[in-house]
Amino acid sequence: MVITTTRHEIAAPPRSRKRRRLRWNPAYAFIAPSILIIGVFIAEPIVQSAWMSLHTWSIGSAHHPFVGFANYTALWHDSRFWNALRVTCVYTVTVGLGQLVCGLALALRLQRTRWYTALLRTAFFFPFIASLVVTGIVWQFLLDPQIGLVDGWLHKVGLGTPNWLQSTSLALPTLIVVGIWKNLGFAMIVLLAGIQTVPDVLHEAARLDGASALQRLRYVTLPALRPAILFTAVLATINGLQLFDLSYVMTNGGPLFHTESLVMYLYQRGFVDFKLGNATAISMVLFVIILAVSLIQLRLFRYRDDD
Amino acid sequence: MTTSSLMMRPRVPSWPAAANAVRKSLNIISWLIVVVTAIAVIIPFLWMIGVAFRTPADLYSDPARIYPAHISLAGFRAVLTQLPFVRLIVNSFVYAGGATVLLVLFDSMTAFALARLRFRGQNVVFIVILATLMVPFQVTLVPVFLTLFHLHWLNSYQGLIVPRATSALGIFLLRQFFIRIPRDLDEAARIDGANTFTIYWRVIMPLAKPALASLVVIQFMALWNDFLWPLVVTSNIKMRTLPSALTLFSSQAGVDHAALMAGAAISLSPLALAFLLAQRFFVQGVATTGIK
Repeated sequence: MVITTTRHEIAAPPRSRKRRRLRWNPAYAFIAPSILIIGVFIAEPIVQSAWMSLHTWSIGSAHHPFVGFANYTALWHDSRFWNALRVTCVYTVTVGLGQLVCGLALALRLQRTRWYTALLRTAFFFPFIASLVVTGIVWQFLLDPQIGLVDGWLHKVGLGTPNWLQSTSLALPTLIVVGIWKNLGFAMIVLLAGIQTVPDVLHEAARLDGASALQRLRYVTLPALRPAILFTAVLATINGLQLFDLSYVMTNGGPLFHTESLVMYLYQRGFVDFKLGNATAISMVLFVIILAVSLIQLRLFRYRDDD
Repeated sequence: MTTSSLMMRPRVPSWPAAANAVRKSLNIISWLIVVVTAIAVIIPFLWMIGVAFRTPADLYSDPARIYPAHISLAGFRAVLTQLPFVRLIVNSFVYAGGATVLLVLFDSMTAFALARLRFRGQNVVFIVILATLMVPFQVTLVPVFLTLFHLHWLNSYQGLIVPRATSALGIFLLRQFFIRIPRDLDEAARIDGANTFTIYWRVIMPLAKPALASLVVIQFMALWNDFLWPLVVTSNIKMRTLPSALTLFSSQAGVDHAALMAGAAISLSPLALAFLLAQRFFVQGVATTGIK
C-alpha cells in the first residue's frame, strides 16, 4: 500500500519539466549518426530497389520507362535465373547440412577442454578467419591439374586427375566441399558454446539411470542443443543464399553457368550489363527468400532471450 | 597401448571385455579421423605459404610436394612490384579500421539511447532497426551504387566507409548488453552531476568492454575480408582493398602463382596474427553474433 502511493508520486512529475524534456532530448543526438546512415544507405535503397525493379532502368539513359512486373515475368521465363536459383539452393542446403553434421561431430569430440582439444579447435576454426577470396584462390590452385597438390597426390597414388573446376559435373560439388571446409569451424564453435551450457548434472543423472553414451546424446545433449542447432542452421542458410565470392573467384560462374549463383547473376546484370531493372528484380527475389528465413531467426533470438 | 589392454583383460568378465575393446578401437578411430581432418584443414594454408616461396620450375617439377626445394623470394618481389601493394594494404586498413571504429562508436551510441534513455519514437526506431536486420545488403547494392555515383563518392574512402559505418546487428547486440547493466549506476552518476554523454562514455562503455571487443574483432574481420562491396564501389586499382585487388590479379593471363600466393598470405597475415593472439574474442564474437 505504502509502496504504491510513493510510486505514484514519483511517476507524476511536474508538467513544466515534462515539456522541457520534449524540447531537447540528448537521445536524438545519440541516435542521429546511425539513423542517418540506415535511412540513406539501407531503408531508402530498399524502397528504391523495389521501385527500380518495376522499370527498364539502364545507366546513362535519361528515361526509365515504367514496365510493371515485366522484369519479374522475364525472370519467370529466364532459364538462367532458374539455374542460378537451383545452384544457390543446392549449395545452401548441402553446405548447411554438411557444416552442421561435421560441426556437431567435432563439437562432441572436442567438448572437453584439454591442451590437445584446444589445439584441434584452433585448427578447425582457422579457415573461418580467412577471406573467401583467399580461400577461393588457394583452392583454385590446390585443385589445378598441373600444379595443384590434390591432383599431384592423386597422380602419385595412381588415380585419375580430374579437372575439378572445369568439369560441369564436378564444379558445384567441389565448391560445396570448399564451402563446408570453410564453415565447419563456425558450426563447431556455436555448437560447442551450446554444449557447454548443458549442466553436468543432467548427464550424471542419465548415467545413473543406466543410459548409454548414445542414449545420453539422443535424450540429453541434442534436446539441449536445439537452439544452437537452429541458430547455426539459419545463419548457414542466410549465408549460403548470398553465395558470391567463392564462385566468382574459383569458377566465375562456369563452366557453362553450372556454379552461377543468384548474387552472381545479380552482379552480372547490374554491374556488367548495367540492366538495373533486371538486377533489382533479382535482388527483390533474394530479399523475399532471405526474409522468410530471417523471420525464423527473429523468433530464435526471442527464444534465446527467454533463457 | 597393447600392453595396457592385455593387462586389463583378466580383470573384467569376458563379454564386457569384448565390448570394451570395440569401444576403445572406435574411440581411437574417431580420434584418428579428427586429427586427419584437422591436418586436411590446415594443409591448404601451409601449401599456400610454400608456393609463395617456390619458383615455377620447382612447382611444376613436383606438385605433390608441400614445401619448397629452396626458398625463393621472387613471388614476394613480384607482388610488390606488379600491384600497388603497399597502397592496397593501406586501403584495407583504412577501410576495415575506419569503418570498424565508426561502426562501434555509432552503434554503441544508438544502443545506449535505446537501452538507457527515453525519447519519443523510441519503439519505432527500434522496430526499424530490427527490420533492417533482415535485409541482405545485396538488395540495396544497386540503389546505393547510384547514390554514391551521384555523390561522386565512387572510388573514394568515404564511399567505402560511410555506408558501412553502422550495422543493425551491432546496435541490436549492444542494446541487449546495455539493458542488463543495473540502472542504479546511471542514477548515482546523475546525482554526482554527470550529464548523459558522461554516463555513456564513463559509465556504460567501460562496463561493456567485453562485448565491444568482440564486436570490434568480428566487424574488422568481416570488413577486412569483404569482397563484393569494395568490388562494386571501386574500379580504380589504387582504391581497391586486398581481396578485390587479388581477384583482379588472379584473373590476369599468365598468372604468377608465387606472387598470387604471396599476396594471399600477406592479406591473411594480420587476421591470422590477431586470431592467434586473441582467439577468445573471435570465438565469443562468432558464437554470439554469427557474423561472417
